Amino acid sequence: MKWLSDDKLNYLRTIVGNPDFSSTKYAFIKELARGGMGTVYLAEDRELNRLVAIKVLNTPEITEDLRNRMVREAQIIARLEHPGIVPVHDVGVLADGRVFYAMKFVRGSRLDEYATQNASVRDRLRKFQAVCDAVAFAHAHGVIHRDLKPQNIMIGSFGEVLVLDWGVAKILRNPVSSEADTLLLPVAETKNEKARLVVDTSHGTIIGTRDYMSPEQARGETNQLDERADVYSLGAVLYFLLTNRPPSEARPRSINPKVSKPAEAICLKAMSREIGSRYFGASELSTDIGRLLDAEPVSAYRESAIEKVSRWVSKNRFLVLLVLAYLLMRIFFVFTSRP
Amino acid sequence: MSKPLIGVVLGAILGAIDGLTAWFTPAARDQLGGIVIGSTLKGIIAGVAIGFFAKRFHSLPIGILFGLLVGALLAYLTALMQGGYYFEIILPGTMVGLIVGFATQKYGKTPATANS
Repeated sequence: MKWLSDDKLNYLRTIVGNPDFSSTKYAFIKELARGGMGTVYLAEDRELNRLVAIKVLNTPEITEDLRNRMVREAQIIARLEHPGIVPVHDVGVLADGRVFYAMKFVRGSRLDEYATQNASVRDRLRKFQAVCDAVAFAHAHGVIHRDLKPQNIMIGSFGEVLVLDWGVAKILRNPVSSEADTLLLPVAETKNEKARLVVDTSHGTIIGTRDYMSPEQARGETNQLDERADVYSLGAVLYFLLTNRPPSEARPRSINPKVSKPAEAICLKAMSREIGSRYFGASELSTDIGRLLDAEPVSAYRESAIEKVSRWVSKNRFLVLLVLAYLLMRIFFVFTSRP
Repeated sequence: MSKPLIGVVLGAILGAIDGLTAWFTPAARDQLGGIVIGSTLKGIIAGVAIGFFAKRFHSLPIGILFGLLVGALLAYLTALMQGGYYFEIILPGTMVGLIVGFATQKYGKTPATANS
């Protein structure tokens, strides 16, 4: 009898663990990422001849009820048609009964990787505003993400911003109990899902990522969660973009003195521990970011008269320089043209 | 604020400043009022012309060029009336045109185009 080598054994172990796509139109290529809830695979859509990312739940036993719920919820996510939300192309069932999602395969870098590539603060804020707009769109459709973090945001090859991993999203408008509203099928390819926390508490289930999770979410108050839980997470993402560090007790300006006071104020308002002190939704946060980018006053920060003038001068630098040049010229002629 | 209004306000302010500098010339102090009024009017005329141009044509370089030309032309006419100080009058006048040309292109409401 001939013994198999370790390499061959490892290979066999790998392919045995791979899902069987033979009953679908997809051809398995490779595993992209494995998380606590599901695994994302790269596959080829043989009909349309394109690459897709397919997420398959890790759960071995799927009940009919769970399957129906996942399909229904997949349909809801698929309805979130927005350039900033990764589209779901297909939902189906594998030969072993597991439900899968096929979604757009996003090429590019994650927001945390993008931030380390020396992107300017202005560029980061622009990307962040695009994230806010995508989340605001979901909020307008009654869906909250609940796991926003830099690792769940992709910057595409052409600078497009895509929010991924709606797997633990919550549908606010469904009258059924909150836990039943949890979308159980993650649609992402994040590589650090180890950081995700899923813990049952007496209040409910804590779902999310510790560093980026709102206090009420961390307490497991699932019934209390609304758009402002996402606003907190967005504030935490902004904190990361301003400091290149995960959120902590330290103010952003103490870590990066180049952060402007209004930018810090926006971040801290979004990350307020008091739900009522935060922005009401991602749309309001996006508006403030837009005003910050346009050098206009932001709602989160009351500026002094000197700061107002300074901001105006900074915004209208060229006009101010022209007028100064003109005045200097007048002064010059006054003193040189005297008879 | 509309573009012509920005042109008028900026032209008037810069024109008035232009006129007020006559105070530093003792010989001209007696006529300061007339000089300021004339200079302000000149600024307003330039502002109106440049402002309406900006309302019609949306191009920063062309707007600045038009401002320069209008400012230079009006200043040249003023210098002709003065009978001298060509450089001292034309250069600041041209500069005023440039500033108003820039400001009217950059700021002010652009009228919405109706889809019919």
